[in-house]
This record gives sequence, structure tokens and C-alpha cells, in this order.
Amino acid sequence: MNKITNVVIAGLGGQGVLKASDIVADVAFGAGLDVKKSEVHGMSQRGGSVSSDVRFGEHVFSPMVPEGEADFLVVLAPDQIEVNSAMLGSDGVLIEPSQVDASKLRNKKSTNVALSACSVDTSSLPTRIGLWQSSAIYPKRFMKRMLKRSMLARAVL
Amino acid sequence: MVHLLSGDEAVAAAAFDAGITLGTGYPGTPSSEILEELERIGGRAQWAPNEKVALEVGIGVAFSGGRSLVTMKHVGLNVAADPLFTVAYMDAPGALVIVSADDPGMASSQNEQDNRRYAVAAGIPMLEPSDSQEAYEFTMRAIEIAERWRIPVMLRMTTRICHSKTLVDREGVSVPPPRTAVYIPNVPGRVMIPANARPAHRKLREKLSEIVPWNEQSGPTQVISGSRSLGIITSGISFQHVREAVPEASVLKLGMTHPLPIETIRRFVKPLERCIVVEEGDPYLVEAIRSVGIPVEDKPSMFRFGELNVKRVRRILDGDCSPEAKPVPGKPPELCPGCPHRTVFTALKNLNCIVSGDIGCYSLGVLPPFDAMDTIVCMGASIGVGLGMRHTLPESDAKRVVSVLGDSTFIHSGITGIAEMVYNPPPTGHVVLILDNGTTAMTGMQEHPGTGRTLDHHKTGKIVIEDLIKALGVRNVQVVDATPDPRGFEELVKKSLEKPELSVIINRRNCLLAAKSIKEYEKCNEQDN
Repeated sequence: MNKITNVVIAGLGGQGVLKASDIVADVAFGAGLDVKKSEVHGMSQRGGSVSSDVRFGEHVFSPMVPEGEADFLVVLAPDQIEVNSAMLGSDGVLIEPSQVDASKLRNKKSTNVALSACSVDTSSLPTRIGLWQSSAIYPKRFMKRMLKRSMLARAVL
Repeated sequence: MVHLLSGDEAVAAAAFDAGITLGTGYPGTPSSEILEELERIGGRAQWAPNEKVALEVGIGVAFSGGRSLVTMKHVGLNVAADPLFTVAYMDAPGALVIVSADDPGMASSQNEQDNRRYAVAAGIPMLEPSDSQEAYEFTMRAIEIAERWRIPVMLRMTTRICHSKTLVDREGVSVPPPRTAVYIPNVPGRVMIPANARPAHRKLREKLSEIVPWNEQSGPTQVISGSRSLGIITSGISFQHVREAVPEASVLKLGMTHPLPIETIRRFVKPLERCIVVEEGDPYLVEAIRSVGIPVEDKPSMFRFGELNVKRVRRILDGDCSPEAKPVPGKPPELCPGCPHRTVFTALKNLNCIVSGDIGCYSLGVLPPFDAMDTIVCMGASIGVGLGMRHTLPESDAKRVVSVLGDSTFIHSGITGIAEMVYNPPPTGHVVLILDNGTTAMTGMQEHPGTGRTLDHHKTGKIVIEDLIKALGVRNVQVVDATPDPRGFEELVKKSLEKPELSVIINRRNCLLAAKSIKEYEKCNEQDN
């Protein structure tokens, strides 16, 4: 059966929503899955609501997660939960900023990475930690830092 | 090797792999990343002052046997429409591929025009990719078709194609190597005086009628055999939504949507009990298919507005026209804290100005807390619209009218507005504010002729905006920085409004988001000298 995992990452412009979705998409890509990622940027760069959809599985058609079908809704700003809650499926998991203790992160701005790591690590993705480092797009140093954060994120969940 | 690329990146990759001579265009969401990516991967790309000039440069490349990629957002093609309609008649040995990036749903645009109509109106072939793989392949195909039939080709993208990332395999797709650039005169094919243009129009129609059988036999059409009870004709991103919404349906996916493979469509529809056209935006395909007597269903009119998605496609197929749930409004974008535009809009609000606005970050001046923008039409319109209001309103109101536009928008299409102002000055005079933040901020900090740096940030000729405006004949031209002296700025605008003269005030301070990069570019360029 063609089971698709749907991740929606939402927040405000400047929080790193698109970067976080790029990372999730890369990890799924590294696992050899079909991946589609969709986003709307432009006006939203100026502090407005931003969201990005990542879908992965055997074969993905639409790049947009249908409303009410998100398996994971990762929200980086508390006031954006309500705006995006309709995206979450009935069995979906909401991952919100309160789940990560930002004071434990060496850089507060990495909340985007920490929260997104939660969604990937707990999903059906056959992920190995090594996958986080296999992405060619990100410099090694960045990947190492991200890896630490993702482990930290799981520790505080 | 397979890559995860956005549609924009895939177009750039194809252009690079096809040995494109030059990519040119004007930034506009969702098209801007194509040329930036082309430059990044080693291709030659440059920003033009506007889309019309970009297309003209592209035409020159194709006339000289080269391959050109000209990129713009949908409304940009309005600016470039003048050369488009005539170059369609002409004969170029090289390739001219025009990317029109449409924005159904208006994620960041002033309208949701459907540029498929342009391909029909100008009479040029059009390809519509449905993912990044096709964005890559269709760019290659567009180059091939352009050179084979010596005709410009439109690659019609939409926001969800441009900005979605999907897997792309660059292997196994190729085009013949580019020709050597050489000028071969061809006056009847290149000089569009009426005597040449009349036969040239006939020639264009002949080319299109030759492309039809090619599209029927070997065009990028995909047929998915499924149920006889439901068939769907679709193209572009709608195809993906359709496949997910009704995997059991028969689907005819059109890759080249002008000129249409009508016989293929007829054959597809014939055995079906029900066939519906699922297309985003205008009823373009459905009208064209019905006009030749093929019975197909249209989507209910409510789905003409906005983007389609899986849920909306399901509703179309169910004929469900019940009101759609309104999405919870998100947080609107706003001018950044410390943005130099903020001081300007505070002053304009305090002075109770009627603000004829324009397209850029400063469009956000319309939102609270400023509420300081009264009109926005299109790039450069602030000046002409402001002048028209000055000509018409009673004096007390006319004196409150100011035109506000940015540096890149001024270069794009504000210069002719200043020419109009000097030539036909209103009795009350006029005040134009140019918010010069040293970059094309809204679309992602692109360079323009006023920054004096090329697309890749190297030093080049620079248009000094105040010098240009003085040369056009405006006597009161002032360059200020409002941020450290908001009161002084407000006083200056107030005094300028009181005078029955023409004034241009340039508020110059680099965009906060770009300031650091601009400093670095300047430093690098100094070191190079």
C-alpha cells in the first residue's frame, strides 16, 4: 500500500520554517523515498504566517498536504497553532514549541531544527541517525550541530 | 543521479545542461530563483531593467543563433507583451524560451491572470510541467521546439510548480548541441514592416499547424488508462491533485497545451461515460475542447478562483458547490522592525496624504499600523495614477496626493512616469517619493541597474536615480535619510506638498535585511579594483 507520511511545518517568517522543511525533505530523500515539498514564499518573508508541506512515501502525487491529513503538524510559533490546526489528521501528532525547552538549546534559533527532528524521528520513516549527516546540501559542521540538537530534542520530549 | 529540486531550480538546471547562451528576466515571485540558480550553477544570467527589455535581449540572442531563457512572473508578461506578439511572427535560428510563472491564488501578486491565454493570443507553443522532473524535461523540449520550428516557446509554470521540490533525474534527457553564433541576415523574417509582417503572420499559422501533428504523435502527452465511467483531462499541477484524488480514473495529461492535440483528446473522450476537464484558473482547455464539438464537463465556476488542491478536485468531481470553509486568517506580513519605509509611512499618515502606491515591500504600508496607501495597480503605476488624481481632484485634495515607489520599481517602469509628470504637470504640482533601499527587497534582494551591481553582485554601470530625474527636468530633487530625522522628513514632505511644483524626494537607506550583504559586495568590489 502506498502510505504517504504528511508533515506540515508552520510558523512565522524568519523562524526557519522553510529551512526546517528542507531538512525533513532531505532526510526522507536520503532514505530513498519519493519526496515532495511545497511552500509559498514571497510576502510571507516579512514576519507573516508561513507554512511548508513535506510528503514522503513510495510515490507522492500532490506536493500539498490535504487539509486534515497531516500526520505531523510542527508549529514553531504558539499563535500559529490555531491557524494551522485544520491541517492535522485525526490520528496526527501536534509538535509545538512548548515541547522543546529552548533554554536547553545552545542557540534558541534552532528550535525549528529541534522540533522538526521530532517529527522525522518518530515517523514511519526508516531513518537512521546517519541519514542526518548524509545530506549533501548542508555543510558537515552544520549537520553535526543539527544532529546534537535532534538528540537533545528527543531527550526533552 | 537524482536530485531534489524546486521547479525553478529544475528549469535552471535544464537551461545549463542545454548550453543556454543567456538567461535574462526581471525578478518576480515565483520566478526569481530561476536566474539566481542558473548563475549559481555556472550559467550566464543577468537581470534586465524590466521584462520587456529582457524579452528584447532574448530575441537578439535567438536572432544571433544563441539560446535564451527569459523569465518573469505572470504580470511581467504584460510588460513584455509588445515584443512577444511580434516576435511570434519572426524567424530566429536560435531558441527563445519564455518562462511565465503564474500565481493562481495570488500568494504574492496583484491578480491571478491565466497566461495560457497569452500563448493562444500571440500564437506560440506552450508547455506546462506538472513537477520538477517535467520542468527539467520541458525546458529541454522547449529549446528543441523553438529551434526546430524557429518559433518562441512559452514554458508556463505556476507557484506550486516553481516552489515545490520534487525528484529530478537529469540523465537521459538531451537536446542537440547549440549552434555557433553567427549573424545570417533575413530581412523578410526580421523586419516587421507591414509588407513583411503580412506573409510572416501566415507563416506563423503554418508553423502552428505543423506542430499540431507533432504534438498528436510525439508530444509530451500522458494517458493513464483507468475507469470508463470517469475520465479527466488535465495539465500542470492539477494532474498531481487528480491522481491523488481519484487514482481509479482515466486521465489524459496534456504537456503541450498550445496548440492542442485535438484528435488525441477526441480519442480519449470517446469511450468514456463521463469526462471532465480539471484545470486551475480560466476555463481555457474546456473552452478549446468544446469549441471543436467534444463533449466535456467544466468545473463549477467557484473553482475558477484560487489554487486547486486534492480536496477541491474531489469537490469538483462530486459537483459539491457548498460553501468552502474559510481558512483561519494567519498573521499578515509586515514591514520589518527598523525598516526605513516605516518612517515614510508614519509621515504620510500624519500628513493625511492620498498615497498612490506601487509594487514592492512598501505595498505593506497599506496595512496597520500605517494604513497609508490608497491605490496599488501595477509596477510603476504610482506616478501616472497619482498624476491623474491630481488632474481631477479639487485643489485641496489634489495637494494631498503623493506617489510612492521603490528604487527597483522606479527603474522598471517609473522613469516614463516622470517623463509624463514633466510633460503634463498638474496645476498643483506633484510629489513623488522614491524609497531607495538599495535592492529589490520584496522578491529576495536582487540587484538592479540602480545598485550598480550585476546579478552576481559584481560592479557594473550604475544609474544614479537623482541624476536621471534631474536630467528629465525635475528641479526639486532631494536625497534624504528619514530614519534618523523623522520630523525633518515630515516637514520636507509637507513643504513640498504646499508648493505647486514638481518634487521628487529620494529616501535612501539600505534595506535592513540586505545591508550586511551590500556592505560585503561593496568591499569585495573595492578589493577587485
